[in-house]
Amino acid sequence: MAEVVWGLATSHVPSIGAAMDRGKTETDAWAPLFEGYRPAREWLADPEQAPDVAIVVYNDHANGIDLDVVPTFGIGTADEYPVADEGFGPRPVPVVQGHPELSLHLLEKLVDDGFDLTVFQELEVDHGLTVPLSVWTPDPGESWPCPVVPLLVNVIQYPQPTAARCYALGQALGRAIASFPQDLKVAVLGTGGMSHQLAGARAGFINPEFDHMFLDAIEKDPAKLAALSREDYIRDAGSEGIELIMWLIMRGAMNPQVRKVHSTYFVPASNTAAALALFDNRSTQLV
Amino acid sequence: MTVESRFDVPGTPVFDGESSRRGYRMNKMFMTFRDAASRERFLADEAAYCDASGLSPEQKAAVLGRDWQGMIDLGASIFYMYKLAMMEGRSMQYLGGVFSGVTEEEFVAAMRRRGENRG
Repeated sequence: MAEVVWGLATSHVPSIGAAMDRGKTETDAWAPLFEGYRPAREWLADPEQAPDVAIVVYNDHANGIDLDVVPTFGIGTADEYPVADEGFGPRPVPVVQGHPELSLHLLEKLVDDGFDLTVFQELEVDHGLTVPLSVWTPDPGESWPCPVVPLLVNVIQYPQPTAARCYALGQALGRAIASFPQDLKVAVLGTGGMSHQLAGARAGFINPEFDHMFLDAIEKDPAKLAALSREDYIRDAGSEGIELIMWLIMRGAMNPQVRKVHSTYFVPASNTAAALALFDNRSTQLV
Repeated sequence: MTVESRFDVPGTPVFDGESSRRGYRMNKMFMTFRDAASRERFLADEAAYCDASGLSPEQKAAVLGRDWQGMIDLGASIFYMYKLAMMEGRSMQYLGGVFSGVTEEEFVAAMRRRGENRG
């Protein structure tokens, strides 16, 4: 059977990818962020931690999907996912290879479990998916470390799914992974956040107090975060900070107890509070 | 004038179904800017491109005048509108300054100060 080996929660701010693509990671503005990533990247680079496939929970930003169809939850089932041109040329990163067998298994199990996902047989992936891959693997070379299953969440048009629904989807995702017949090591990435707001007079809003509460609770008490309303997220994390609900899908797919490998928090990544939190899903089972 | 947010969170527009219906044609137009040929056609005759895209007169005026707050009020999604901003070489920090009433430099400085005070 397949098992979740680790979960990585990370912001997907486009400028983080741009800083890497343009060789700016050692500038004064960016060096502290990338230094904060270092312990997580070192742990992830250990071949012991290498997954066979990664599920990336993310949202599109007007690149792979348009407003004519707004799926609340979706899953990619393609052989590969081209890197989108967001208006200034595609990022210079590898095409994302898919894992259609796992995608179709997850789709069936999740539908049986009451989560009626929209199916993407074609999907161009934007910074929401590729920046987290770059945070994990800064120098992928010709290809990313493993195939990817994209799991899409609508966070840009209200009503977004509730935090509770996202957490429940994560728990169903964990069961669906466990029932996959092949022995696969699966990583789950939850992306977005932390607090930020792009439009309105409150543009530039960040809330370190909320972010630190969230970083602590995502490890120890995710049910508390699942109980927060959309209004709570928009008020306390900003109109775009609500994308933190995607971390709950990752967390739900993991064991009730996880071990935090590393976390880091940095302000600002352009208009955003950025964070990374890496959790080992296996160690707590051994002690 | 700015649209009322659906929540009592001052200064926080929420892009909801009503906004998306109001801004649908405009956001669809912004989406075409992913393609270089479409960007060229737009820049060659912006008014005609807006008309062909089905924008309302108010939306067209906001686009032609680069009235960023006006576009948001008329249903633009920040992520779609950003494609127009990118064509102009405008950053998200510039837009943040427009929305919050400061210059881009002041906006960037304010974000950095928030970093210095982080917990």
